[in-house]
Amino acid sequence: MRITQGTFSFLPELTDDQIKKQVKYCLDNGWAVNLEYTDDPHPRNTYWEMYGQPMFDLKDPAGLMMDLEECRKTFPNHYIRVTAFDSTHQWETPRLSFIVNRPPSEPGFQVTRQECEGRKIRYTVHSYATDQPESQRYRN
Amino acid sequence: MADTIQNNKRYEAGVIPYKKMGYWEPDYQPLDTDVIALFRITPQDGVDPEEAAAAVAGESSTATWTVVWTDRLTACDKYRAKAYRVDQVPGSEDQYFAYIAYDIQLFEPGSIANLTASIIGNVFGFKAIRALRLEDMRIPTAYMTTYKGPPTGIVVERERLDKFGRPLLGATTKPKLGLSGRNYGRVVYEALKGGLDFVKDDENINSQPFMHWRDRFLYVMEAVNKASAATGEVKGHYLNVTAATMEDMYERAEFAKELGSTIVMIDLVIGYTAIQSMSNWARKNDMILHLHRAGHSTYTRQKNHGVSFRVISKWMRMAGVDHIHAGTVVGKLEGDPNQIAGFYDVLREPFNETNLEHGIFFDQDWAGLNKCMPVASGGIHAGQMHQLLHYLGEDCVLQFGGGTIGHPDGIQAGATANRVALEAMIMARNEGRDYLAEGPDILNKAAKDCKPLQHALDTWKDITFNYSSTDTPDFVPTATASA
Repeated sequence: MRITQGTFSFLPELTDDQIKKQVKYCLDNGWAVNLEYTDDPHPRNTYWEMYGQPMFDLKDPAGLMMDLEECRKTFPNHYIRVTAFDSTHQWETPRLSFIVNRPPSEPGFQVTRQECEGRKIRYTVHSYATDQPESQRYRN
Repeated sequence: MADTIQNNKRYEAGVIPYKKMGYWEPDYQPLDTDVIALFRITPQDGVDPEEAAAAVAGESSTATWTVVWTDRLTACDKYRAKAYRVDQVPGSEDQYFAYIAYDIQLFEPGSIANLTASIIGNVFGFKAIRALRLEDMRIPTAYMTTYKGPPTGIVVERERLDKFGRPLLGATTKPKLGLSGRNYGRVVYEALKGGLDFVKDDENINSQPFMHWRDRFLYVMEAVNKASAATGEVKGHYLNVTAATMEDMYERAEFAKELGSTIVMIDLVIGYTAIQSMSNWARKNDMILHLHRAGHSTYTRQKNHGVSFRVISKWMRMAGVDHIHAGTVVGKLEGDPNQIAGFYDVLREPFNETNLEHGIFFDQDWAGLNKCMPVASGGIHAGQMHQLLHYLGEDCVLQFGGGTIGHPDGIQAGATANRVALEAMIMARNEGRDYLAEGPDILNKAAKDCKPLQHALDTWKDITFNYSSTDTPDFVPTATASA
């Protein structure tokens, strides 16, 4: 399966040049960009690990691209995303977020159903990846 | 000059013109705390426009048809609404814009029902005017803060859904009537798995013989959870909880919550009080509240009579809904681009500046109320993606019902086509391309990697709805010579 979180997951994987253009768009809007990575892409896993702080004073997309290269080297089989934060009053939230690295094979999720009274079902979405201890997920 | 009778003759029994009773005060300077209403008045033949404006001010505040001495028991000067300005509508011979100011203490805090009972209560049937339309309102900050506004708002909705930087995608299940719960859930699953964020009940799907509401909710939530697992994304379906009574609606909303739905839906026809009650419920239960504007065209569409949709938009943001259908510009339903831009601004911006071209007559401070997400729905398809993004921006829900379910290769393919078209357009926009002009090229290029998009473009490429709008702005931009 292919996880389709993020703004561009239905398009072919972005080239570094395309990533750079998106980062430039974010910086031109005055947003701070950062990198986050995870080996548990559950849809409710909000807090991916931060790869450094958001780059509040970054002017040139090259800065993020350098970190991305390092991050990919360190976590080649993790999901990595770029997130852009807008500090403008009444936004104060991410304004763009897209995946820039993903594991070669994505095991996806299981739906667990607990049958309750009155035909009601309680659903749990479970990441197959988390069946392995943290250090052993997505190893090639 | 005001013609108000100043001495005690004002209160002699009998009938005197509204203008002389204190409802026409051309020198009045509206207070920052006044509610201001702008009406389009078409007086009956022979009726002086200022008298007509005074009559509207009178009937929407303290007056009745005759003088009553009991006025003198009150601070009646304060409670009288004051018409203070009347302008002829540009390009029209018999229509006038009347500005009327109301003291803030005429209104109950936080009650749309009370506000509207005054402003659109009796006056619309008044014999002395042939037609009347409420065009816009200025809500003072002091009164605005008595409303809670959208329970979730655009920012938190996006955070909850983990979806940023692009419009959300939806579809309304079709056919709107007749599907069994089981078949209905199939449509939901296919559309969500294919790439939509939301699917939606239609306005008239409640609990009919062919599909009981509980059955629908159960099958739909199966579809939502299965699609979420298949894609790794948060997905949702607007479960319509509209019903005959508040008790029924609460019961349905509670059930939606127990099943883990992120969003419920109501129809405008349930009424303002019911909408505010459901908004309170949504706020208590972390639920996104979607409003389908069923019925609005009966009073918003004709230009000379009724209530402009920009006023409905204001009231609904105050009443507290998170989503509201507000037009597509390019789709099958009424929608002049400038008018729609005005509605979207009213729903989304923290502050509206006066913009006559967009039909915004007043500066409006939203006093920190959450932003409401406009929904574009009705006769739109992937081939229009560049126009949709241009006219509507990225903070909206684009709903492709027929444009998803009617895809020649099936519902999943339809959903995928829409998502790919959208992401390609957002990418091009962010790269700084002139995506409106290059839109068809951008779509064709994206379709090379995506057969479903190619088939969508082939199927609907020539479908447009070019009819002239009935509800259009009265002020057109004037070209100014550049220095």
